[in-house]
Amino acid sequence: MERERNNQNSALLEEQSGTKLFCYHCGDECTDELISIKEKIFCCNGCKTVYEILNQHDLCNYYSIENSPGLTKKYYVKRNLDFLDDLSAKEKFIDFTDGKISKATFTIPQMHCSSCIWILENLYKLNPGIISSQVNFLQKKLFINFSEEKTGLKQIVELLDSIGYEPLLNLEEKQEEKVKAENKNLYYKIGIAGFCFGNIMLLSFPEYLSIGTEELPEMKRIFAYINILLSLPVFFYSSLDYFSSAWKGLKKKIVNIDVPIALGILVLFIRSIIDILFLNGAGYLDSLSGLVFFLLIGRLFQNKTYETLNFERNYKSYFPISVTIRKGNIETTIPVEKLETGTRIIIRNNELIPADSILIKGNANIDYSFVTGESIPVSKNTGEMIYAGGRQLGGAIELETIKEISQSYLTQLWNSKAFSKEDESRIVSLANSISKHFTFIVLFIAIAGAIHWLIVDAALSFNAFTAVLIVACPCALALSTPFTLGNTLRIFGRNKFYLKNTHVIEKLASVNHIVFDKTGTITENDAALVNFDGQLTHDYKLLIKSAVRNSSHPLSRAIYNYLHDSGVTSIESFSEKTGEGITAIINGKQIKVGSEKFVTGLKTSDSNNTRVFISIDDTCPGSFVISNKYREGLKGIISSLENNYEISLLSGDNDSEKENLTKFFADEGELHFRQSPHDKLDYISNLQMNGKKVLMIGDGLNDAGALAKSDVGISISDNINNFSPACDGILDSKSFNRLADFILFSIKSRKVIIASFILSFIYNIVGLSFAVTGSLSPIVAAILMPISSISVVVFTTFSINFIARKERFI
Amino acid sequence: MSVVFVLIGASLLVASGFLAAYLWAVKSGQYDDKHTPAIRILFENNKKENSVENRAMSDENKDEKSEKE
Repeated sequence: MERERNNQNSALLEEQSGTKLFCYHCGDECTDELISIKEKIFCCNGCKTVYEILNQHDLCNYYSIENSPGLTKKYYVKRNLDFLDDLSAKEKFIDFTDGKISKATFTIPQMHCSSCIWILENLYKLNPGIISSQVNFLQKKLFINFSEEKTGLKQIVELLDSIGYEPLLNLEEKQEEKVKAENKNLYYKIGIAGFCFGNIMLLSFPEYLSIGTEELPEMKRIFAYINILLSLPVFFYSSLDYFSSAWKGLKKKIVNIDVPIALGILVLFIRSIIDILFLNGAGYLDSLSGLVFFLLIGRLFQNKTYETLNFERNYKSYFPISVTIRKGNIETTIPVEKLETGTRIIIRNNELIPADSILIKGNANIDYSFVTGESIPVSKNTGEMIYAGGRQLGGAIELETIKEISQSYLTQLWNSKAFSKEDESRIVSLANSISKHFTFIVLFIAIAGAIHWLIVDAALSFNAFTAVLIVACPCALALSTPFTLGNTLRIFGRNKFYLKNTHVIEKLASVNHIVFDKTGTITENDAALVNFDGQLTHDYKLLIKSAVRNSSHPLSRAIYNYLHDSGVTSIESFSEKTGEGITAIINGKQIKVGSEKFVTGLKTSDSNNTRVFISIDDTCPGSFVISNKYREGLKGIISSLENNYEISLLSGDNDSEKENLTKFFADEGELHFRQSPHDKLDYISNLQMNGKKVLMIGDGLNDAGALAKSDVGISISDNINNFSPACDGILDSKSFNRLADFILFSIKSRKVIIASFILSFIYNIVGLSFAVTGSLSPIVAAILMPISSISVVVFTTFSINFIARKERFI
Repeated sequence: MSVVFVLIGASLLVASGFLAAYLWAVKSGQYDDKHTPAIRILFENNKKENSVENRAMSDENKDEKSEKE
């Protein structure tokens, strides 16, 4: 990832013939005045400070492992970490303590390269109280052992903050432990099954090749007994999951794919025991253990998960862990869970509002992009209601909470029953729908065979019955799905489309209605389309750019980026009025940038467009019109999906963009504006009630309900490690233009599954023709079973990769 | 031919040893993170030694402390 960025940087360098300078620490372009130490240059003082800290402790190796490995500190805001001294907060991060040595675990999303690992594992050089630190890179976790006497949690977090690796501090419960244990169990089961399989195979060789069985009958018997011993752990431990899954299915009256598998395993085991103990035979224990071993490997392959990504986020992961409250004149921090209604809280720059509140004091300028996806902040007056989930930009404000956290608008959305995803999917997987018919047919053949042999030769009846069930055990069938979908999942992941699990691919393939959200989903979040309505001279550009440079308002930043080809000049004075605009004096000229009322004193008449007016010494050369910038490739996606899918758009905004949107969406009737989160949810349930299978593509928390309700919910994210609501998949916005290809690919992988089913049925028919005659020898079973399984695995892996290559996914 | 049974017993014993080693490896968490160790090993040795020394020292300290208690 890092290398990619560096390549981009060097590409940029070449393109602009070396005129631009890049920060030694973070690799960002240095746009402002130069900050340098010796010949090293930095983009901001934050980056320089980090370099100084590392240099002082002889840790400059950080910069030699990767080029410019740091993260920009330009937008860094110092956090108030006092609550980390609070006991209840400590419990959340400290895994173990004996009073002297403590172990703590942090999640650090900024970790991205080997330099990060190196510096984070050398923390003891920066703080002698840290005994050791270890990184799990894929989980972005940092484990720290530290001495309580020499340092504390707060100091460690401050240290991490100061070098740019800010740990996530939120209320999210620790839930990964369970997944980890499950994964470990699978490794145990595979290890044991593999061990037993190999040894049973070895001990069965004399039987396969008929060596020595005649001369030394007791050898054959002892080998068979050892085989029984070896098969016990396979049957009673490794194959346990298949029995419990089959049982669960049967209890719900569903014949899932595990039913015929469990039946096959059970019959194999019983028949082999009877064979060996009473009939002096060899049994099929090699087939049994091989079957379980291959099935478990398939499961491991399917279980690929994106450990760093969290698909089950709830509101708690968005909220800060503590909040500053004010009683009289004393300010204290309390854990956010203990916040009650009627409490005065202080929210500082860049802090989240944890509960619905009334503004008491201060200039509130609330960024609701978490909730609505709308990036332009809203200003509020004293006495107005502010909903939870907003982020304050600007100075500190004082609020009085009017609802508890769990009762707030945002959290109610999360807790609403309609929002919680139902366990049972409405789309049944292909393997399960086939296995129902399959199981009944196999049982029918087995019983018919048994009856036939009862009449002809009663001694062969049991053999024929069990042989059919053994051969029909759908090993290949059960393997084709995990390998096809596991491969597809990996190919998607390589193209920055991360799915929660393999079931999502099958669901994606059966979708027939696609719903898009507007803001942040089909529009770009931080890029706005800026146009100037009027005449801009070169001098004006210089003045405006210099003025807006000092403001962090998104609109100012959009204008600043728009004027990228202009230079900047020094500024004499600057003031910003929240929600109105900025005033700057440059070279004796007064420059005003802001709303029409602020700049010209007149009220705006046209409310459909976002306009920023400018005036220079009371002359108004015009205004900037800022509109949404649609993501690249949107037109192509919509037109390639239009023929096969119904498409609609839900937007929380007004219909000012309607005209632009009709260029993309052919059907005007499917554009819906002013949709509240609940409207979106209702819209999806209505579609589902009409039998539609819905794919929802959204981003903000306002889509959370719709994403959960839809059959497949995909959230678009500019940075996959950042916030995204609960969903089935996360699509990196860089891969947005391939969305249609992803959907089509999922359909193709379903076709591959169907083809591999046909292949495995052919094997079954061949095997059954042996079985019904009652003459299934162990060696035929031992050959047929692995060949069918392996060839199905090879077939699916090969065809999926072939298709992916054709589609330019790899 | 009875030597075959001795050999079978011996080979099973050796194989069980490897199985035990594998189970121990899973249990001790070697399969939890398959990515970071691969990167860690490429870091320069002298730096790493320092940290090992440091860790060893702190372990000794810990031992001493527990002994005192």
